[in-house]
Parts: sequence; structure tokens; C-alpha cells
Amino acid sequence: MTQDDPQHLVEVRRRQKGRAIIMAVLLAAFAALVYGITIVRMTGK
Amino acid sequence: MRKRRLERLAKGNYMTAMTAAPATLPAHWTDFLALTKPRVMSLVVFTGLCGLLAAPVPIHPILGFTAILCIALGAGAAAALNMWYEADLDAKMKRTASRPLPAGRMDRQTALHFGVGLSFFSVLLIGLATNWFAAGVLALSILFYVVVYTVWLKRRTPQNIVIGGAAGAFPPVIGWAAATGDATLLPILLFVLIFLWTPPHFWALSLFVRSDYAAAGVPMLPVVSGPKVTRQQIALYTLPMAAAAVAPWPLGLAGAIYGVSAAALSLVFLILSLQVLANRATEPEGMKPEKRLFAYSILYLFAVFGALVLDRWILK
Repeated sequence: MTQDDPQHLVEVRRRQKGRAIIMAVLLAAFAALVYGITIVRMTGK
Repeated sequence: MRKRRLERLAKGNYMTAMTAAPATLPAHWTDFLALTKPRVMSLVVFTGLCGLLAAPVPIHPILGFTAILCIALGAGAAAALNMWYEADLDAKMKRTASRPLPAGRMDRQTALHFGVGLSFFSVLLIGLATNWFAAGVLALSILFYVVVYTVWLKRRTPQNIVIGGAAGAFPPVIGWAAATGDATLLPILLFVLIFLWTPPHFWALSLFVRSDYAAAGVPMLPVVSGPKVTRQQIALYTLPMAAAAVAPWPLGLAGAIYGVSAAALSLVFLILSLQVLANRATEPEGMKPEKRLFAYSILYLFAVFGALVLDRWILK
């Protein structure tokens, strides 16, 4: 499988999509965590 | 003679070029996960959690969760940087040849960026969520593992695992520091316990994978000094390790539940290490006592730390 092979490009796209989904989930979780940390720190508990 | 042997081993390492083919595809997300050595991380997370739960000051669950998450991410970052630096060694050992870098599933620069990024992220997050003392200890542990153990010691001296073992001993201190903002005698004793536990644990493993380490040119104790000396050192280290495990009880830092558990668990460890000492096998097939000790050593650390938390929570 060479870099110009259509099958190679399909695999590249598939992996990029997989990584993008994981990244999106992690960022959403991080945003929720930062929100939680901020609330806890602001209430001084 | 020993110095010349070490030099020869080191030379063998540096002269060997990277054997892995360059990655042609973007790495799969599971390869990033593999880069963090998840199995090793479980022990780090558990000891960190026990340090946090054993602390006298309660911590808000969200902040506690964040602290443990950062300990895990810091350990993952250190593992990724270790794999980045040791890709050439990993390619030469059966046990590690299928890791993302030696197998050619990821390029080295990606691993470096991932490791550095994760290091900064974990230290900053724990600092912002808990306190900067905990962040400092986490940063120190990452630096110790990567710079002192991986870069300086591992390829140079059979004492690599003795001094480098300190890196894996930091998590209970970080957990405690996240809750309290300081480090008193109990977390320091827990640090000493893991520090003294590391050599018998790794030397038991390196006895039965000695040929792998020898092929890669890593000067582990069994490769440089042979199985007999290694077995003596295992037994020797077990004694102060057992003392460090039991110490919190007579010092009044833990109760009888912990003390009796630690003493019983350490006694079994000592018996297994004496079985290793009595073994004369030089081939992995005859190294059942070593394999048993290695497996037990993992259970031992889980059980001792678990007993500490149980003891502290029952006493509360």
C-alpha cells in the first residue's frame, strides 16, 4: 500500500476521523472538569 | 573488567541505529494509549489514590479526581517520553518490540510532542486544581523518570533501577500533597517503601528476561553481575523494604489493621525472596520462584496500600 493508493487515503481519513472524535470527547470532558473545578474553588470547599 | 563490560554494553546501544521503519500512516488513537503504558499506570494511580485517601485532610471529590487524573496523565507522559528515548532499545527486546515506535506505527516526533504536551498539561492542571506543591512534586517525578532514570542511568549502570525507582515512589506523596499541601512522615515512609520495593520487583523480572536485556545492551544487574549476585541483592533489599512497610504502625501513623497486614504480607515477600535466593537456575524455564516473586510483588504493593487506606478509614 503506497501513499498514493486510494486505499491508503481511505485509511488515513479513517484514522484522522477516529482521532478527531476522541479529541472532541476529551475536550468536552476537560471543559466539564474545568467547570467543576472552578465551581468548587469559588465556593471555597 | 566490570567497567569495560559496561562500556561495551553502552557502545552496543549507541552504535545500533533505529530498526523501525518510518510510519506512513497517522498513528491510531490506541497507539497513543499504548504509549502511556496503561498497565504500569494502574499501580501508580492506586498508590496515588491511597496517598490521597490516607491524608488527614478531606479533599473535595472533584479536586481529588482531578489530582488522580493528573497523576495518571503525568505517569503516561513520562512513559511516552521514555518510549520516545528508548525506541532503539525497545526494538531489540521481544517484550517491547511491538510497542508503537519500534513497530513503526508512530514516528518519534509525534511521541515526543505527545509526552511533552501531556507533562505540561498534567502539572498545570494539578497546580490549578489543588496546589503548586503537588504540581512541583509531579513535575519532579516526571523529570526524574525521564532525565535521571531513562537518559542518565538506564544505559550506564546496573544501579539504574535502584536510583530510578524513586520516580515511581512519588505518587503517594503527590496524592497526599494534593489533599494537604505538604508532605509529612507517613507519605515519606510510603515513598521509601516503593523505593525499596522497586529493586526486588524489577530484578525478579530481569532475571527471567535477562537474555532480552543482554541483547539490547541494557546493563541490568543480572546481565552485569549474574543471577547469583542479583538473587542476593533481592533478598538484601527485601529486609529494609519490610521494615519500611511495617514502620508506620510502631510510629503511631497507622493502626493494627495496617501493621498486622503489612507484617504478614512482608513475611510472605521475604519467604519468596529466600526461595529466589535458594534457586540456582540460570535459564528462564527453571525460574519459577522469580516469576512467583515478580507476580506477588505487584499484589503486595496493592495489598499494603489497600490495608493502609482501610486502616485509616476504619480509625476515622
